Amino acid sequence: MTSHVLLIEDEPNIAEAIRFLLSREGCRVSTLHDGIGAAEAVRAERPDLVILDLMLPGCSGLDVVEAIRAHPETGTTPVMMLTAKGQGRDREAAERAGVTLFMTKPFSNAEMLASVRSLVGK
Amino acid sequence: MARATLTGTRLRERRMALGLRQADLAAAVGVSAPYLNLIEHNRRRVSPLLLDALASHLGVDAEALEDGAEGAQIEELRAAATALPGNGAELDRVEEFAGRFPGWAALARGLARRAAGLERAVEALNDRMTHDPHLSDSLHEVLSAVASVRSTAAILAETEDIEPEWRARFLRNLHGDSERLALGAEALVAFLDGSDRAEAQVVIAPQEEVEAWLAARGWHLPELEPGQAGPAALEGEVAGLASAAARALARDWTQQMARDAARVPLAALEEGADPVRLAASLGVEVTVVLRRMALAPGSEAGLALCDASGALVLRKPAEGFGFPRFGSACPLWPLYAALGRPGSPVMADLQAAGRGGRRFRAVAHCLPRHPEGLGGVELREAAMLVMPLRGGGAQGGTAQVVGSSCRVCARAECPARREPSILTDAVMG
Repeated sequence: MTSHVLLIEDEPNIAEAIRFLLSREGCRVSTLHDGIGAAEAVRAERPDLVILDLMLPGCSGLDVVEAIRAHPETGTTPVMMLTAKGQGRDREAAERAGVTLFMTKPFSNAEMLASVRSLVGK
Repeated sequence: MARATLTGTRLRERRMALGLRQADLAAAVGVSAPYLNLIEHNRRRVSPLLLDALASHLGVDAEALEDGAEGAQIEELRAAATALPGNGAELDRVEEFAGRFPGWAALARGLARRAAGLERAVEALNDRMTHDPHLSDSLHEVLSAVASVRSTAAILAETEDIEPEWRARFLRNLHGDSERLALGAEALVAFLDGSDRAEAQVVIAPQEEVEAWLAARGWHLPELEPGQAGPAALEGEVAGLASAAARALARDWTQQMARDAARVPLAALEEGADPVRLAASLGVEVTVVLRRMALAPGSEAGLALCDASGALVLRKPAEGFGFPRFGSACPLWPLYAALGRPGSPVMADLQAAGRGGRRFRAVAHCLPRHPEGLGGVELREAAMLVMPLRGGGAQGGTAQVVGSSCRVCARAECPARREPSILTDAVMG
């Protein structure tokens, strides 16, 4: 079955690169460019994986994760967080919010793909 | 023990000030001398009646003996003790401590105040490094661009069957990201190197405060020229500096400038003058002439002063010649060659590292001093004058390529490099 990934990333070039890579991996990718309405989109689309940036316009990625976790229908959805903020306290905050996997920018494509495969069980 | 125990100390001080013997005062108020001795050493409480009698004989109000500034001091000691839980301080005896050992109590209060001040400074510095919006934005911009470049470049390099339209799109993205990266890196360098933002910093070093003040005055203080009012005329401005350390530095510096002005008249500073010859003709040290040349009205020259450790103690920037804000400067500066050869002038033509770097003529000199005489320490004061060469970077001839500090220097394969530059390895590696 084709995995569905919801990508929430405000950097269009990064989003495009990730979308290209995941599409070639056989994933169906939908994208959002800010955090507003992201939790509702997760509830509506029920993706197999959410990839999101920590620093999003309008709404922090941490807030989005907390909203995803708070809802019973999306509470167990795997969430991979991408961020240029790789300090220890940022990781801790992400863990507290319920992030499944934390990946710092810049990341390698191979590393990102391996993480996606592990999270969607491919 | 009640606060009134401090009364004993005040009683003793008052009695001794009047030249009364303890035994005589004790007899006058109807108590034994050993008992009064215990009271004076805050070992016994004094009854209200006895206090009135003692106050009457000592010519003071009883209230003045009971309460004083010690109340606030005791509260300060209590606060210091409670700020460090589990330290074992006998809080129930704090008044006795303050009364019996006023000097030690003052020291404890002073140390507590100093510790609190240092904690605030550390917090402010930490906050600035962590939360400075300019630094955070610049770093985020650079890292985001790098992430995009890395991912996109890998796709182009590793995907053999990529469609032409995707290839064209990713190439456009790479170009856009490289532009963003350049802008982000420039912003980062401007932050790290940016004396122009000094006034906006949450925490500013005392030296930076003084430099900012001098810069605001155009690096020349006419009040310090011979025949003028002198440093006293600047006291109002100096007093307005934020930190006590900056005020102390500024006072030292204005004294120094006044001494320099008395020894090297402005009229002697002709354009293009040889500072070594000028120093010889005036009978002054070369470093004095270098300072005067840099700090003359309208001078475009930069000035760096350092001590024997190489630490820059004054930085007057020259346009196009960067001085580091933090840490050590470029080891290729003639300033450091002069530091190692005290008494010998060093002259070199320099070119600022980076594209379109301007050229300068630098003259440096080091003066050794021996304030403790023979067998004492040797101090060194080095000065480097940095004069822009006419025509900027256009003229020929050789010039030593120098930076401000390794961290923000673009010079590749520098033999003197101490650490990677954020313009090359650290960002892209």
